[in-house]
Amino acid sequence: MTEMSGADMVVQALVDLGVDTVFGYPGGAVLPIYDALFNHPTIKHVLVRHEQAATHAAEGYARSTGKPGVVLVTSGPGATNAVTGITDALLDSIPMIVLTGQVPTNLIGTDAFQECDTVGITRHCTKHNYLVMDPDRLGAIMHEAFYIATHGRPGPVVIDIPKNVQVATGKYSLPEKIEHQSYRPQVEPDADAIAQAIDMIAAAERPIFYTGGGVINAGPDASAALRQLVSLTGAPVTSTLMGLGAFPSDDPKWLGMLGMHGTYESNMAMNRADLIIAVGARFDDRVTGRLDAFSPDSKKIHIDIDRSSINKIVPVDLAIVGDAGRALDALIAAWADKGHKPRDLGEWWRRVDGWRATRCLDFPEKKEASADIMPQRAVKALFDATRGRDPIITTEVGQHQMWAAQHFGFSAPNRWLTSGGLGTMGYGFPAAVGAQIAHSGRLVICIAGEASLQMNIQEMGTVSQYRLPVKIFILNNEWMGMVRQWQELTYESRYSNSYSDSLPDFVKLAAAYGWTGLRIDTLGELEAGIQTMIDTPGPVIVDCRVAKLANCFPMIPSGAAHTDMILQPNDIVGTMDDEAKALV
Amino acid sequence: MKIKTEAGERHVLAVTVDNEAGILAKITGLFSARGYNIESLTVADISADHALSRITIVTSGPPAVIDQIIAQLDRLVPVHKVTDLTDQGAHVEREIALVKVAGTGDKRIEALRMADVFRAKVVDTTLTSFIFEITGTSDKVDRFIALMRECGLVEVGRTGVVAIGRGSEAL
Ligand SMILES: Cc1ncc(C[n+]2csc(CCOP(=O)(O)OP(=O)(O)O)c2C)c(N)n1
Ligand SMILES: [Mg+2]
Repeated sequence: MTEMSGADMVVQALVDLGVDTVFGYPGGAVLPIYDALFNHPTIKHVLVRHEQAATHAAEGYARSTGKPGVVLVTSGPGATNAVTGITDALLDSIPMIVLTGQVPTNLIGTDAFQECDTVGITRHCTKHNYLVMDPDRLGAIMHEAFYIATHGRPGPVVIDIPKNVQVATGKYSLPEKIEHQSYRPQVEPDADAIAQAIDMIAAAERPIFYTGGGVINAGPDASAALRQLVSLTGAPVTSTLMGLGAFPSDDPKWLGMLGMHGTYESNMAMNRADLIIAVGARFDDRVTGRLDAFSPDSKKIHIDIDRSSINKIVPVDLAIVGDAGRALDALIAAWADKGHKPRDLGEWWRRVDGWRATRCLDFPEKKEASADIMPQRAVKALFDATRGRDPIITTEVGQHQMWAAQHFGFSAPNRWLTSGGLGTMGYGFPAAVGAQIAHSGRLVICIAGEASLQMNIQEMGTVSQYRLPVKIFILNNEWMGMVRQWQELTYESRYSNSYSDSLPDFVKLAAAYGWTGLRIDTLGELEAGIQTMIDTPGPVIVDCRVAKLANCFPMIPSGAAHTDMILQPNDIVGTMDDEAKALV
Repeated sequence: MKIKTEAGERHVLAVTVDNEAGILAKITGLFSARGYNIESLTVADISADHALSRITIVTSGPPAVIDQIIAQLDRLVPVHKVTDLTDQGAHVEREIALVKVAGTGDKRIEALRMADVFRAKVVDTTLTSFIFEITGTSDKVDRFIALMRECGLVEVGRTGVVAIGRGSEAL
């Protein structure tokens, strides 16, 4: 037990919890904590240029390391600016701690300067939140908050700390064991369910693994276990956007991403399967398409750490609540225990290969050097040029995000950082900042759209300040391409407000911030331009001009079944009815 | 285009929670954010040290929605336990209403007579009014209030439902 100020307690708890990096922005209500962090020997504070960016940087840090991201912002506007990133972390299950300053306890409720009801505002976009009224409770709350953020289904936790609680003293001690009195997530899977599951897997004729971000959250061992189970069973694997990297994309059992912009083979295999093994995935609407037509003939096993994910959207035959990694390990053990042998899935694979033969990710393209660059080509070239460098890729939101998911291959987890659940434009660049801070020697590339990038472009200053060698690769189509695509498909090409007008000159902008700026205009310049980006030390922004009106295919139109994929632009017929228009 | 809604069945849930600031907002916010119904919600602390509260929620929805409501409540950090009393079987439900009727003459006598039939107690009286206290299931309270409307009802206050399972077992 040591008596110390609340601010010192915050910093001591961060040290005791192994935190090395805090992303933040100062203000009146957090000055005591900033003072306690002044010249701190082990905790690095990264000063962002906007609090939203602090939250996304913390997400990038968390997603690329597996450790919780930590954010420190002031009261009022500092807290409200953080809300988007907090919500993003909630939807994508990212462990994050957000420390917010608050007006002193005696002023709470008086509409004091920079007062906002932070716990009220964040109540439904956090996994849990606290308003600390008593400095004696602050240390315990810090430890409990980290426990909650990182245990069970990870998520963001806000700790709102009034300024007088930061100044007053209280008792701090390192807790021996943290256990929340009511929050006890089930981590170990039920043995009977595992036994039942493995029999179902062994007996299936057309099984498929459908994996999600939960496998990434369960740590690299879970990805290794997934690979092992897949090789034991011989079944194909698909994954959600959030799950990319858990299974290597160069493995013949990999079918690619599923869902709205997933591959034809993934969606058809899901539709025709007799057994779906869902691991850490949540049957999101981007994945299922029309629900009444979703995988009609399959039995479904759902492994998830969050019981509320099970039967939320798709009723399943067998639920396994627990950590994805533990469940996969248990399945592997049960496979051996029961002496199961892989079934001959030859017939199933022949059908899968038939769907693969559509080559659904192919795209029309001119080959001459002066030709426009197809955005898909740009992603493929980026992938080819960075093979063997183990890059970390972040994306913004839009067509470029989907093209990156389709055409960039990942062979390990924690290399793919994207905003899936909330689909937050402005996520990718700050997430790259966070990932680069955590991995100083690695190649970190943000694949961006020119519109999304502008949502947090101020972070160029942060990158310059910390000399981060972040690369931004803009697929510049001069449109909010994804919006324009939907307007083309749903609103007879009435392009209402989706043109990226008055774009900055990104090359000059780079110069203004002390970055290197490059522009790539034609196919002939693509490879060399990418190589220059990679070879240039320090931050680089590449304005890669791509074909302006390219659309992202394949695509399951909203309200359609997996089997009704649009493979190519000329498959599109007619306009959508209101039912389809009403779906997002 | 018209928006479709699904019919549901009524369920009574007992939820024990940490008695902390904001918990009620958290629970009601969950219901509004996810579009679940609340027909009635009551809350009071129930432990000697005031650390725990019991919330009784009457909700309605199709079985899958009820299942989700329970799972969603259960994952909230301050929630200890969620019990579906309807699903669990026999349970006792009670609600109290205070019902004020004003008037004189026959109506007044009729009100008193019906209160007697319903075993409502007179808890306040003036020459021109009664306040009745009635305890029972929501149905019974509804019926009493409906009758009182004919007898000069001027004001009603209801507690909402509390419920507990029958037998010696506890939650
Ligand atoms: C904060 C936010 N606002 C609006 C949207 C809706 N939205 C989705 S994609 C998109 C266009 C993105 O344009 P760009 O970044 O240029 O990417 P492109 O689709 O052209 O590749 C918009 C506006 C969003 N996802 N996030
Ligand atoms: Mg664009």
